[in-house]
Amino acid sequence: MGDWLVIAAALAVTAGSAAHQWGKSPPARAQVRMDGRIVAELPLAGTHRIAIDGALARLGPTVIEVDAGRARIAADPGPRQYCVQQGWLSRTGSIAVCAPSRVTLQLVGPDSSHDTVAF
Amino acid sequence: MQAPSPALLVAPSDRDRRLARYAVAAIAASLVEAAIPSPLPGVKPGLANIVILIVLARHGWRDAAWVSALRVVAGSLLAGQFLAPGFFLAAAGALCSLAVLGALQSVSWHRLGAVGRSVAAAFAHIGGQLLLARLWLVPHDGLFNLAPVFFAAALLFGTVNGIVAARLMREK
Repeated sequence: MGDWLVIAAALAVTAGSAAHQWGKSPPARAQVRMDGRIVAELPLAGTHRIAIDGALARLGPTVIEVDAGRARIAADPGPRQYCVQQGWLSRTGSIAVCAPSRVTLQLVGPDSSHDTVAF
Repeated sequence: MQAPSPALLVAPSDRDRRLARYAVAAIAASLVEAAIPSPLPGVKPGLANIVILIVLARHGWRDAAWVSALRVVAGSLLAGQFLAPGFFLAAAGALCSLAVLGALQSVSWHRLGAVGRSVAAAFAHIGGQLLLARLWLVPHDGLFNLAPVFFAAALLFGTVNGIVAARLMREK
């Protein structure tokens, strides 16, 4: 009897944590920051392409693309291209950091949760 | 000339021998599963807990705590993990699950059997590990993104271990 109670409680904890951790709302906007300050906020609907002058502006701009609910850094003058190779971001909280340019791109949800998602 | 000191005689009691036998079984179980590759550190069957549950049922919480402590210390020594991060995680998990098993000792085994205790202990185990990992190893809430996976594994393996322990005790 008690065993079933414990198993039911365990199921509830597991399901609750899954809903809490993974049930985040889809992203609403792409936030672009330069030196930590928000320099652009793009709605994720539609297609946009903007160029930001980062810390390495003399080598070229950092280009951000939004396409149908996802966003990516399309180009960056940084030497190692980590943020470009990260590709399309589609989950709330995911972030691409172009450290040499000091530009970040983050997807935020309607409730603007500040958790990050990293892989 | 000094008189030779009298020989120090350590006579293991029956309880000592019994604890050692159980501890060997628990250590063997944890070494065996250390060889099983895991997709995620922290997701493990926890086979040693079958032994702990049997000791708990047959000989009480104090003996179970002894076997668990010997399992964590000697097991990590044999695996070369003593005082490595994994050792502290294992110790935190063992401490938390022992605390829960101790709290449940007031409930009779007729009402709450091996399976319920096993699941409760498994959740305490992973809970303690997550807490220590969050406080010490990965000081970021992103760690909790994996919590549902850990909890599901605790539910699965806790149930299976409890059933195995119950079967073994029935066979005697």
